[in-house]
Amino acid sequence: MSLRTPLSKARGLGSAKDGVGHFIGQRATAIANIPLVTCFLVSVVLYGAADYETARAYLAHPVVTILMGLFFVSIFNHMRLGLQVIIEDYVANDGSRLALVLLVNFAAFAAVFSSLFCLARISFAG
Amino acid sequence: MSDSKPAARERPLSPHLQIYRWPVTMATSITHRITGVGNALGTVLVLWWLVALATGPDAYALVQAVMGSIPGRLILFGFTLSLVYHMLNGIRHLFWDAGIGFRVSTASVVSVIIYTLALAITLGMWAAAYALGGGVR
Repeated sequence: MSLRTPLSKARGLGSAKDGVGHFIGQRATAIANIPLVTCFLVSVVLYGAADYETARAYLAHPVVTILMGLFFVSIFNHMRLGLQVIIEDYVANDGSRLALVLLVNFAAFAAVFSSLFCLARISFAG
Repeated sequence: MSDSKPAARERPLSPHLQIYRWPVTMATSITHRITGVGNALGTVLVLWWLVALATGPDAYALVQAVMGSIPGRLILFGFTLSLVYHMLNGIRHLFWDAGIGFRVSTASVVSVIIYTLALAITLGMWAAAYALGGGVR
C-alpha cells in the first residue's frame, strides 16, 4: 500500500535522490576547513599588515601557496553549500530561489578561480 | 469543535520566535547561520586583498589604507570573531552529527563556552597580531 496522496502521485515528484551528497559535502569541507582556516588565521596574525614585498614573499613560498590554495577551494565550496541551504530555507518563490542559488554557485566558482589564479601569479613571479 | 464550521472560526496560531524565552542554544544556532553569511561577506575582503597583492603595490596600498583605518579594523575584528565562532560551533555540529553532546544541560554549557572561547581566541589573535606588528618589517 502506498502512503502517497493521489495528488502527489499525479505530480510524479519524488525524492531528488541527491541530497546526501550535499549533506556529506558540507561536512567534508567543514572538516577540511578546521586545519586550513587555522593556517589562514595564523598567517593573518603573522602577515596581516605586512608590506607589499613581505606579503608576496610569504605567499610565494610553495607550502604557503599550496595551503592557501586548498583553503580557498575548501571554504568556497563550504560557502556555496551553506548559502544554498539558507536560500532554500527563506526564499519561497521558485524563480528567485533558482536565480539566487545559481548566483551563489557562479560566485563561488568565480571566487575559487580568482583566488587560485592570484596565488599562482604571485607564486610563479617568485 | 464539531458544532462550528472550521473556516468561520479564528484559528489559534502556534507560538513563534518572539513568544519563546530564548535558551542559549537557540542563540548559538542562529549565530551560526549569521556568522556563516558574515564569513561569506568577509571572503570578499580576503579576495580583494589577494587580487590587490597580485596586481601591484598601488592596489595593495589602497587595501592596506582601507583595512588599516579604524572602521576597517573594526570590520576585520568582526570578521575574525565570526570566523572563529563559526569554526568552534561547527566543530560542535560535527560532534552532534556523531550523536555526541545532545543532553540539554551539556548543550547549554557548551554554548556558553563557545561564545566565551570565540571572544577569547579572537582577542588573543589581535593581541598577538599587534604584538608582532602584523608582519610589518
